[in-house]
Amino acid sequence: MTSLAAAAGPAPVELDPFIAHAADGTGEICFAVPDAYCAACIEAIEGELRGTEGVLSARVNLSQRRVLIRYGAHADVTSFTRRITRSGYRNFPVDATVDPGHDAALSELVRALAVSGFAAGNIMLFSVSVWAGADEATRALFHWLSALLALPAIVYAGRPFFRSAWSALRVGRTNMDVPISIGVTLTTALSLFETITGGEHAYFDASTMLLFFLLAGRTLDHMMRKQARSAVDNLARLSPRGAYRLLDDGGQAFVRLADIVPGMRFALKAGERVPVDASVVAGSGQIDMAMVNGESIPMAALPGTSLPAGAINLLGTLEIVADRPARDSFLARMTAYVEAAEDTRTKYRRIADRAAQLYAPVVHLTAAITFLGWLAMGVGWHAALLNAVAVLIITCPCALALAVPIVHVVAAGRLFANGVVMREGSALERMGAVQVAAFDKTGTLTLGTPVLVRQDPEDPALLAIAARLGAQSNHPLSRAIAAAAQDAVGDNPLSVTERPGLGVEASVEGVVWRLGSAAFCGAEDSDADSASHVWLARDAEPVAMFAFRDDARGDAAATVAGMARLGVPVHILSGDRPAAVAAVADAVGASSWSAGLAPEEKQAAIARLRTEHGAVLMVGDGINDAPALRAADVSIAPASAADIGRAAADFVLTNDRLAGVPFVLSIARRADRLVRENLGFAVAYNAVVLPLAILGHVTPLVAAIAMSSSSVVVVVNAMRLRLGAGPSELAARPGDSP
Amino acid sequence: MSGLLILIPCAIGLGALALIAFFWALRSGQYNDLEGDGQRVLLNDESLEKIDPRQSRPGA
Repeated sequence: MTSLAAAAGPAPVELDPFIAHAADGTGEICFAVPDAYCAACIEAIEGELRGTEGVLSARVNLSQRRVLIRYGAHADVTSFTRRITRSGYRNFPVDATVDPGHDAALSELVRALAVSGFAAGNIMLFSVSVWAGADEATRALFHWLSALLALPAIVYAGRPFFRSAWSALRVGRTNMDVPISIGVTLTTALSLFETITGGEHAYFDASTMLLFFLLAGRTLDHMMRKQARSAVDNLARLSPRGAYRLLDDGGQAFVRLADIVPGMRFALKAGERVPVDASVVAGSGQIDMAMVNGESIPMAALPGTSLPAGAINLLGTLEIVADRPARDSFLARMTAYVEAAEDTRTKYRRIADRAAQLYAPVVHLTAAITFLGWLAMGVGWHAALLNAVAVLIITCPCALALAVPIVHVVAAGRLFANGVVMREGSALERMGAVQVAAFDKTGTLTLGTPVLVRQDPEDPALLAIAARLGAQSNHPLSRAIAAAAQDAVGDNPLSVTERPGLGVEASVEGVVWRLGSAAFCGAEDSDADSASHVWLARDAEPVAMFAFRDDARGDAAATVAGMARLGVPVHILSGDRPAAVAAVADAVGASSWSAGLAPEEKQAAIARLRTEHGAVLMVGDGINDAPALRAADVSIAPASAADIGRAAADFVLTNDRLAGVPFVLSIARRADRLVRENLGFAVAYNAVVLPLAILGHVTPLVAAIAMSSSSVVVVVNAMRLRLGAGPSELAARPGDSP
Repeated sequence: MSGLLILIPCAIGLGALALIAFFWALRSGQYNDLEGDGQRVLLNDESLEKIDPRQSRPGA
């Protein structure tokens, strides 16, 4: 489908919504350049743009694959796209109202990380002297200096945790940040009290170090999601933001999508998407419905045909009249289905939060019992409180809070290097639980473009003439014939007459040749799968029949086999005809299939698979797959997917190779095992140190060693996910995975 | 003790200086495009025709 749309040429893009205007008359616009990757790319793009009139500055951001252009009043904005294309790079505008380099949440995290790191390092210097046996006056001085460093640092660096804990508590829930906040606050308060009363132990080093480790995990997690977001944004193919309205005086005007009202007339050129549900008034064309209903053969559009929003016109210019406003169109209905299907995701609770739910009451109860127990033994409230806080510090979920995100970050990095973008950490957890996979057919398991498979009778001369006719048409089946006999096409193009919905006709040396449907060529087609047959007629007499198939992708069978090896059966869900689906299911070795499904039926099929097998993975690319992608427990979309499908999916395959699917699954399962190991380690660690803390043997030194070593252990364990990683794991073993 | 009074402010002061330097680098956008900055090292500052070929190999 992608190639068809590309062949027909990109639709014109309105640049206005992407421009940010400054007060001094200059403007800013940002283009995504997804193919730029090296120094030479920077030079080519920036050099080309610098030579453009009116451009003040152009800077490529290679991390985000974008170029930000600042330009003066007399620059021609519409020329930028052409210029970048001329330098050899695909490009399209992206939203520039937000500075691409600016991410408020990330810079807050990085600043907090720097501050807590600075405080933790310096306080550790004092703490080491105190542990080495500083005398009483020096110890008091060092405690005061530590307090001076720690208090502002904790207030500043702890904000992300305090905020999140507060917002959870306010609605009566707990998350991982609640025990963290309570632990840090109590530890700091007690240490301050010890410092004021000249006590022996202060835990400032423990609380700042704790914040530092946790912030490190959280910053990495945020950077991972930011990278995923910009990678997915860069894939965006522009859905129409509007259309060219035909005015009564014969002129054209651009109308934004939201302003379209039923009854307006529009011109739909070849390569453009249908903006809203509409009917054809005049003209004729071929409509690619693959994204809409999974049907791989284009539909002929004649006056009276109704077109759903999102379909692509492949051929000719149509005059259409809007039937429904944008908010009621097919695309909007699919968006509504997608939103309605969110339930499975929101019901899923992240494993770390589930652990926190168990963990927090246990720890807080233990601390309270320790306090009361020591009090009952008559050691005085000060010593009792000291031991209770030691329990809180030593069990503070440093390892627990790092255990999960660090595994996700490592997994995301490895997936990214192999062309898979992961949207968020919980997707990996849901992927680990997958029991059954549902694949869409058209464009996912298949290439989405038909291939010639059979000719009857097998006569190269007839194929040659059919190829010469087909070469002049944009219809995918004609193109397939032309591609099958490329040598025959030659250099002297035939002049053909195209009859939309029927076929093409040309006169060669006094003979009238027709290439097209059975009816057009006067043939009888009794085959059930007649939609993918084309006939050749000589002087109205049918002489040859060509059969086509939307061929499976090269790695589709290996992918299905790879899933089977991982114990996950593959089910095909398609909106296409049963005959076409059965053939593909047979070719790739899928265990079962359903055909002719409407989008909402796909959603129901997902629900059925879930009750039969368990957690469902959905892989699909079309607009009609979006509700199913959302309804499944976890979903994957290839890069060629419709925008709405990609937005609904958890993983996006940027290199369009299906081999990524079993790879994601195997990484997810390994990650799941590592997360469980890490959580198990955290529990074991607590089982060892908790008795020490309850008995009052945990000094600040013991706490510092125990905390940092447990954090290091979980990080090192997470790094095991990188074992076996190479520069091109997928290329080496297509369909296979470690 | 008097040694500490000099050394401690020195140590914390140097650390604070590094922290301020980091904040400055963050604010001036030096961490916005780590990949791109790594690659830009390879670009010529001047276009090739402006560089005198006799100066291009200082060792010779």
